Amino acid sequence: MKRYFDYYRATMKLSVLEQLQYPVANYFYMIGMIAEPVIYMVVWSAVARQQGGMVGGYTPGAFAAYYIVWTLVRNMNIVFTPYGWEWRIREGQLSMSLLRPIHPLHGDVAYFAGWKVVVILLWLPLAFILSLIFKPELDPTLLQGVVFFFAIWMAYLIRTMILSLLGMVTFWTTRVSALFELYFAAELILSGRLVPLSLMPDWVQKLAWFFPFRWAFGFPIEALVGNLSTSDLFTGLGMQLAWILFGVISVSLIWKIAIRRFSAVGG
Amino acid sequence: MHGLRLAFNYLRIGVLNEFQYRANFYIQILQTFIALATGLIGLNLVFSQTDQLGGWSKPELLAVMGVFITMGGVIRSAIQPNMERLMEEIREGKLDFALTKPADAQLLVSVREFRFWQTVDVITGMVVMGVALAQMNWLISGWSALGFFTAIAMGAVMIYCFWLMITTTAFWFVRVHEIANLFEGLYAAGRWPIDIYPNWLRIGLTFLVPVAFAVTVPAEALTGRLTFQTWIGAFVLTIVLFTIARTIWKIGLRSYSGASA
Repeated sequence: MKRYFDYYRATMKLSVLEQLQYPVANYFYMIGMIAEPVIYMVVWSAVARQQGGMVGGYTPGAFAAYYIVWTLVRNMNIVFTPYGWEWRIREGQLSMSLLRPIHPLHGDVAYFAGWKVVVILLWLPLAFILSLIFKPELDPTLLQGVVFFFAIWMAYLIRTMILSLLGMVTFWTTRVSALFELYFAAELILSGRLVPLSLMPDWVQKLAWFFPFRWAFGFPIEALVGNLSTSDLFTGLGMQLAWILFGVISVSLIWKIAIRRFSAVGG
Repeated sequence: MHGLRLAFNYLRIGVLNEFQYRANFYIQILQTFIALATGLIGLNLVFSQTDQLGGWSKPELLAVMGVFITMGGVIRSAIQPNMERLMEEIREGKLDFALTKPADAQLLVSVREFRFWQTVDVITGMVVMGVALAQMNWLISGWSALGFFTAIAMGAVMIYCFWLMITTTAFWFVRVHEIANLFEGLYAAGRWPIDIYPNWLRIGLTFLVPVAFAVTVPAEALTGRLTFQTWIGAFVLTIVLFTIARTIWKIGLRSYSGASA
């Protein structure tokens, strides 16, 4: 246990130091990313105003809150990509990490978790500016705040596990980009990234319940800005936990089978 | 004339090159299809709640989307690959190879790459525009059509100038890779007509990143909103941007010192 703790602490510290060296690059990246929610926010605020100030239970101020929190959750959602897995497997980069006495996934989880600390720091001034411009209506209770804090980190873990699973498909075939594209499109629509799920038709909302997407994206946002009841909040955390467990178990199972197939092509 | 022949030859080589990788064609079709589907879903979601957005009806916004897809295809097939290669070569000091050739350097660095499969987007966008026009009962005058074709050509030139200016800064800053990501984010704003955005953003999307001229203005022509003043404005801005881009490029070249080669 202590061994893992030390490993995580060291890797996270290293990643914080490394990322702090590139504040400008990190900022460019974040600004490019912020264009997306700002567009959604503007469009939906315009729709809300045309419909007499509210659409699907959201006022322009509520949309502003939703999409500003969106930017943080989106950043928390950045994990080692399946394209990275593809590269890692195709180029034989995995060989090196296999020699270490620790599962390579720990490295990913720790490195990106450390990066998140930097990301949150850099996000704060951006969120402040966005709030000045778009005037969000945000009034969370203490409980919502606490649930949100845990929910974004759980979201991070869910997405890490699911995307690793997706990336590990590369062990069997190297033509994976089409699969990844389909996955990201489904995620865009079913997660609450494009619009809050409450604006979707009923059947889509029901469908979204059974996929990991909304638990890694929409739920944390709604936990902070929505009117979820206390039981909804804890159900959500429960669903997140379930998806993490599912992810960890499947990743370790598939890893065991997959690793036998791995033959380094280089590296 | 010589320049045109040069550009055409590079185009031919680019196409031949792409034909070696036919599987990429199917992947491109899938990507285009996914992008189109998500775009349509977004549009339908908006119009399930309202019947017009900032004075634009649904078929009119479909026309905007068509222009957006087509222009995106033009950018990704002809503009962005060239500029990314240029960035790379400036950083690695390989630009010497292009500079020593007996052709205008700006022309040369702008025509070397062509991603043929990306033209799937160009065609898809045209089909979307066709559907939109059909929904509007083909109410388009000859002048509007002329306005559309000139506007889209000027829009492409403006986007090219924007990219060239940004890329040229690599002569001084070296690390400009994140710019591509930034541009894609901002270009996505073109999916909706520019007049729905708040003032500061509209100005930015008009003069800093010419998305307004690349997408909204041609779409205005398609939907019969383009005024002669706007067209003249676009024309003047195209010339101004081109002059500025060429000047910056020349100044930038002077501070280039090949690091290797």
